[in-house]
Amino acid sequence: MTGTTLVTDAQNTWCPGCGNFSIQHALRAVLLEMASEGLPLEQVVLVTGIGCHAKMADYLDVNSFYAIHGRVMPVATGIALANPDLTVICCAGDGDAYAEGLDHLIFAAKRNINLTVIIHNNRVYGLTTGQYTPTSPLGFRGRSTPKGTVEKAFNPLELVLASGGTHVARGYTRKQPMLKALIREAIRHRGFSFIDVLQICATYNDPHEAYDRLAYPLTGHNPGDFDAACRKIREWDYNREAPIALGTFYSVEEPSFEERFRLTPQSPAEREAAIRSHLEGN
Amino acid sequence: MTEYSVLIGGRAGEGLNRAGMVLCHLLQERGYHVYLYYDYPSLIRGGHNFSIIRASERPVFAHRDRVDFLLAMNQETVERHRGRLTEDGVLLYDDYAVHTEGGVGLPLERILKEVQAPEIARNTGIIAGFCCAAGIPMETLEQVLRREIPRGIEANLAVARGVYAVGNTLRQIPVIPGKRRHPILTGNEATGFGLLAAGLSSFIAYPMTPTSNLLHFLAAHADRYRLKVVHPENEIGVMLMALGAACGGERVAVGTSGGGFCLMTEGLSLAGMAEIPVVIVLGQRPGPSTGLPTYSCQTELHFAISAGQGEFPRLVVAPANPAQACRWSATALHLAWKYQVPAFVLVDKNMAEGAADFDPGGVPAVAPAGPVRWDGTGTYQRYADTGDGISPWLAPPSPGQTVKVNSYTHDERGISTEDPALTARLQEKLQRKGAALAAEVATMQTVLSTGPADARTVLLTWGSCTDPCIEVAGMRGLRVVQPVVLWPFPAEALRAALSGSGQVVAVEQNVTAQLARLATAEGIAVHGRILKYDGRPFSLEDLEERVREAVA
Repeated sequence: MTGTTLVTDAQNTWCPGCGNFSIQHALRAVLLEMASEGLPLEQVVLVTGIGCHAKMADYLDVNSFYAIHGRVMPVATGIALANPDLTVICCAGDGDAYAEGLDHLIFAAKRNINLTVIIHNNRVYGLTTGQYTPTSPLGFRGRSTPKGTVEKAFNPLELVLASGGTHVARGYTRKQPMLKALIREAIRHRGFSFIDVLQICATYNDPHEAYDRLAYPLTGHNPGDFDAACRKIREWDYNREAPIALGTFYSVEEPSFEERFRLTPQSPAEREAAIRSHLEGN
Repeated sequence: MTEYSVLIGGRAGEGLNRAGMVLCHLLQERGYHVYLYYDYPSLIRGGHNFSIIRASERPVFAHRDRVDFLLAMNQETVERHRGRLTEDGVLLYDDYAVHTEGGVGLPLERILKEVQAPEIARNTGIIAGFCCAAGIPMETLEQVLRREIPRGIEANLAVARGVYAVGNTLRQIPVIPGKRRHPILTGNEATGFGLLAAGLSSFIAYPMTPTSNLLHFLAAHADRYRLKVVHPENEIGVMLMALGAACGGERVAVGTSGGGFCLMTEGLSLAGMAEIPVVIVLGQRPGPSTGLPTYSCQTELHFAISAGQGEFPRLVVAPANPAQACRWSATALHLAWKYQVPAFVLVDKNMAEGAADFDPGGVPAVAPAGPVRWDGTGTYQRYADTGDGISPWLAPPSPGQTVKVNSYTHDERGISTEDPALTARLQEKLQRKGAALAAEVATMQTVLSTGPADARTVLLTWGSCTDPCIEVAGMRGLRVVQPVVLWPFPAEALRAALSGSGQVVAVEQNVTAQLARLATAEGIAVHGRILKYDGRPFSLEDLEERVREAVA
C-alpha cells in the first residue's frame, strides 16, 4: 500500500474501453478521498470473484481476497464476521453474483451484513468469451445461445430489495461523478449496500448508445419508501427498452448481522476455566 | 470382567436417546464405565428407535448383541429384540403397550394416571422398573433424575415411586467401588471440547447427520465460550465463510457429512491454494448419495485425502472414540493453523453419536498457539517463500501493509501470475509445506498398537472399528494396529507397528477396504479383509465370529 495511488504494478489486461476501468477509477478515487477524511486504508478489504471484474484485486493496492467464481459474499461475510470494524467491499460480476452465486447474494442481503457490493454488470460473460448472463436481455445471442436466449433477464435490484437489502442503487460507468457518489454513499451505509453498475464489455456487449439515451438520474424520490423503491426499480426490467433510473432507490438503517457477533475472544486462561466448569457440570 | 448390557426400545419421538443417557448415568453411579449405541431411523416420529447401553468394569466403546435387560416401550421392541436376551436376562415392558408371554409388565398407564404425569414420564417409569429389577436404590435414581432431567422432576419422581412400590429385584447389578463420576459425552461433544481447547473462536455449519449435534452443542454453549456460531445457506457458503473468517483472524471449524462435503470441495481447494487454515469435521454415513442418513460407515477416507482440484497438503485424523476425538481435534486445529492447511477430523455416526464416560483429564491444556506471525520487518508478503514453505501470517488491518489472498497462481505478494517459473515455485512451496507437516506428524504417535507385540496376527483397523477390534483381539491374543493419522499417510510408523506380524487382516466398515488399499499402495501387505457395510457397527459377537473365520 503506497498510500498515494492505490495502484499496484501488476500489468493491466482489461480490453481498451472496458467499463472496468471506470469502476476501478471511481472506487480508487472514493477510497483516496475517504482516506484523506480519516478512513485508515488498512481497514479496507476488497473481495472479488472470478471474471474480468475480479482483476481489480490485483490492480488495487489494498487488502484483498481474490476468491472464486460466485463466492464473493460468503468470503466477505466471514471477513466481516471476524472483524466488524473492517470496511469490506465486494466487486462481483453479473455472472458471478447473479448466476453462480445467486444464493449467497440473496442471503447476504437477507442478513443485512455490512458489505458494499459493487456489481460490474456488463450483461455478458467476458473472460469465458461471450455467453449470456442472468441479466442479458431476452433473445441475446451469445456463444452458448447462438439463436438467442429463450429466457428473460431478471431484475437484480428487485431481487435484492425483496431479499432484505437495506441499500439498493444503480450506477452507470459513463456517469462518473454519480458513480463515485453512489460508491461513497454505499460504503458509508451500515448494512448491506448494493450497487448494480451498468458497464459495457468492449469486446462482447456494448449497449452504451442505448444506456446513454435511456439513463436518467433519479430525483424527487424518497429512498425510505419501500413501495416507491419497488415501483421505480420495476420501471426497467432489463429486457425491453425503458427509461433507466440511476441513483439510490432504497436506503434504510437496520441492525446489521456482524454486530451481533462482536465478541472479545477468550484468553487461554478464561477458556481453560470455562471448559473445566462446563465439564464439572456447571 | 463384570459387565451388563441394557437395551431400551420404542417409537421415535419418545425421548429414547435421553432415556439411554439416563441409564448410562445410573450405571456409572454403580461404578461402571458406560458406552451407549443409539440406533434410529431418519424420521421425526414413529419408526423404531433403540439404544444399547453397555456397562463394564473397563472403558469400552463397543456393544454386544446379547443383552441382560430388555426394556420395551412397545410391542415392536419385544418382537425385534427378544432374541437378544441372555438366559437369565430380564424383560421389562410397559403392559399398556406390550402383550407378551413372560417378563415383567409394568402398570405404567395406571401409575401415570394416578400421579397425573405427562406421557414423556413413561420413560422414567420403565427406567424405574429397571432400577428396581437391578437393585438400584430409589435414592440413586432420584439423584440422577434431579441432575439429568430437572424439568418436570416432581412428576417423574412420582412415577418412579409408583413403580418402586410394585417392583422387585430380579437381577442385582453389584456396585463396583472406586470409580469417579465423569461426564458422559458423545463423540460430537468430545470433538467440540477438543476444538475449544485448541482455541476455536468460530464454528460454521449447515446441519447434517451425523455432525448436526456438534453444531447444536457449540451453538448451545456459544455464550459460555464467546464463540461465533453461524448456520449459513448451504455448505458452499459454510466453507467460504469459514475461509473468510480465518483470513480475518478467527480460528474456525466446519462440520458436515459426505453430501455436504461434496459442496465444500471447491472451497477446500481454495484453502489449499490460498493457504488458509480450516478444520473440517467430516462425519461419515453410508452413501452413495442420501444413502442411510442416520447410520454409519467408513467410506470417505479416499474422498477426504483426495478431494479438491489440484495438489495441496492437508491433514486427516480419524479418532476411534470420544477420548481420541477430543485429543486429535485439538491437534488438528493446531496443525491446521501452524501449517496454514485444511485439516480433517474424520469421524462416523457410531463415534459421533455414540457416548461414553469421559475423563476430563483427557482435554488438552489450552495453550496460546497460532501460525508464525509476520515479524513486522520490511514489506509484508502473504506468500513469502521460506525454507519450510510456511509464510508468516498477518490478518488485516496492519497500517502500511497489504494482505493479498489469492485463488489464482500467484507471486509472493499474492498477485496473480502465469509465469512458468513462478508457477513451478508455488507448487514446490506447497509441497515443502506438506513435507514439513509430515515431518512434524511423524514425531507423534500416529499409529497405535494394542496387544502382544509378538502376536503374529494383526487386525489393521481405524476409526470406530478400533475398540471392537481391541476387545475381540484381547480374547484371542491378537494385536490391533490403528493409524489415527491417515494423511500424511504414516507409512513408516505403520510398517514398524506391523513388523514381526505374519497375517494382517483389515477390519473396516466399507465395501472396498479403503485403509487396506492405502497400505498396499505403500507396499504393506494386507492378507485378509473383514468388511461390514450394512450401516451398523460391528457387535462383539459379530466381529468375533468374523475374526474366527478370517484367522484360521
